[in-house]
Amino acid sequence: MATIDRILFGDNQFFGVNHMSEEKARQQLMRFKDTAAIIEVLDQAFEMGIRTFMCTTYDRIGEICDHMRARRERYRDFIYFPCMPYGHKYANSVSQVGIMETIHRFSTGGMVSTVIRGAVGTITRDIYALMRLLVDAEMKRFEGLNTPVIFVQNVVTDLLLGLKLYPVFAEFDRYVKQRYGAEAGFITMNLPLLLDGLAHAGVDNPIVCANINKIGFRMSGGIPAYRELLRTHRCRAIAMSVLASGAIPPREAIEWACGLEGLSSIVFGASTAGNIRDTQELIQQYWGR
Amino acid sequence: MAIRVGIIGAGKMGLSHFAIANALPEAAVVAVCDTSRYVLSVLRKYAGVQTFTHHDEMIDEARLDAVIVATPTSTHFTYAKDALERDVHVFVEKPLTLSPTESLALSELAISRKRVNQVGFHNRFIATFQEARRLLRAGTLGTVSNVHGSAFGQVVIKEQNRTWRSKKSEGGGCLHDYASHVIDLMNLLVGPPSRVQGASLQSIFSEDVEDAVSAVFLYRDGVTGILETNWSDETYRKMTTTVTLHGSRGKMVVDRQELKIYLREGCGFEDYVEGWNTRYITSLQKPVAFYLRGEEYSAQLEAFVGAIRASNVAHENSFASAYETDRAVDLIIRANRANR
Repeated sequence: MATIDRILFGDNQFFGVNHMSEEKARQQLMRFKDTAAIIEVLDQAFEMGIRTFMCTTYDRIGEICDHMRARRERYRDFIYFPCMPYGHKYANSVSQVGIMETIHRFSTGGMVSTVIRGAVGTITRDIYALMRLLVDAEMKRFEGLNTPVIFVQNVVTDLLLGLKLYPVFAEFDRYVKQRYGAEAGFITMNLPLLLDGLAHAGVDNPIVCANINKIGFRMSGGIPAYRELLRTHRCRAIAMSVLASGAIPPREAIEWACGLEGLSSIVFGASTAGNIRDTQELIQQYWGR
Repeated sequence: MAIRVGIIGAGKMGLSHFAIANALPEAAVVAVCDTSRYVLSVLRKYAGVQTFTHHDEMIDEARLDAVIVATPTSTHFTYAKDALERDVHVFVEKPLTLSPTESLALSELAISRKRVNQVGFHNRFIATFQEARRLLRAGTLGTVSNVHGSAFGQVVIKEQNRTWRSKKSEGGGCLHDYASHVIDLMNLLVGPPSRVQGASLQSIFSEDVEDAVSAVFLYRDGVTGILETNWSDETYRKMTTTVTLHGSRGKMVVDRQELKIYLREGCGFEDYVEGWNTRYITSLQKPVAFYLRGEEYSAQLEAFVGAIRASNVAHENSFASAYETDRAVDLIIRANRANR
């Protein structure tokens, strides 16, 4: 079973996601337009002892992976938790060229170039085979790097959850274990409902990542249900959005999250060494080093 | 018993509505209608729903209480009309139709049949915009003189487009797809315009449709409005919609994440003080039972199901309110034509 660090580093700040302010998101996007600026912040987190990077498989992650691969010795202990897919890439493509063409476009990206479109059509009729193709396409960029947990992004997890396609969760879990020796992780905004769906699919004690914060922001099902499932250890949970995009003062937010019985880890994103250190110190203050 | 829902059109929006409606405790998606046999075969096999290629067959055979129409806009009228005539509640993706006459006819039909009739202008379910409306109704800004609405995003950033969204005849283009959202929000906040004084539809990358829309609106009571939208702006990661209002007592800037309001001296209201105030979505938005891609998408379907349960046909985003948006869209098209 994968060991998950208590403190993980997230990546929303690097590509212009801020749930509270469009302007702040834009400023961050401008600041991190060069991959070097992202790597500088990752280096700072790494030097402070944070080893795990939870990263969306958006276009520029390839450049970051190349950088790390080229300095194998320096980043020997670095751990990646890929989170796939980067939804906007697919959503924009569906708007532009439609569902079928999008499937062709992205699934062929992960396959040998000799595969003809007809063959892809046959494969995609089986959604498990299609899922495996898309996972392989996304994982190509992480070749040779340590990826002990592979996550499904919330937009896909929750879409499958709503459609009640629970067996796809089980197949993802099986495939990443078999092909990548990794554990499956699921990001969600509906943790209580997801755990029921995963139990239905036979996935026990799953690794999950969900919004967990004092104001209940994007915690569908409500704080009491989250408290209960953590307390009864129904999953290995990573809390994200602990500060609710800045809506809760850091100390208050972290004191609350660290006080939750059964919470294993916290993922946070920060853009400066000072903010990384402050957040890390707060967590260590409540959880210990 | 759960409300039996059918989906007409299993594209991006159709699947999103499918997942959200299906996760609501009071509803179950039992049937899907689409033209793609491939999509239908996957849904039949894995999601266990009945599938159809004809909507009328679906409505009759699947014993539906409600349908969600998420097809190209040019087909909305037929599907909505056929569903209403079979006494089924109807949710239609935005915009309602390509013709105000058709939209009005649908609205009248829905009212006469006493069926819930809602359109997917989901921005109305975002708490920042709802709070903006509450503040305006309370007179916080005094007499409003100007409203400015804008939307930017990267839908078409190169000359390559092969779906219905790139075809004018099917309802594609920045005006119907993008600008309609902004017009609907401006309608929500200051009411529908009485005239469009000037308008311009511009193509940037698309062949058959416009990629940018600019227009000047005139309202009763002398309010002036400016509309500005461009879906070929790659500096925005996703669609970003902002409305700014000027009034005699202050000014307000609102988007999906924050509401900023400036109040002049002596014009404080409730806990909004003189000078700048900011309220964030994180504290304004009410939680939803199931979250997929924004509270507003879930909230609008919760409202739809709630209206069916309560037999309430006078709800948010009714066909009558969407008709006003289609009418403004039509005024823009006419004003643009007059310019040429």
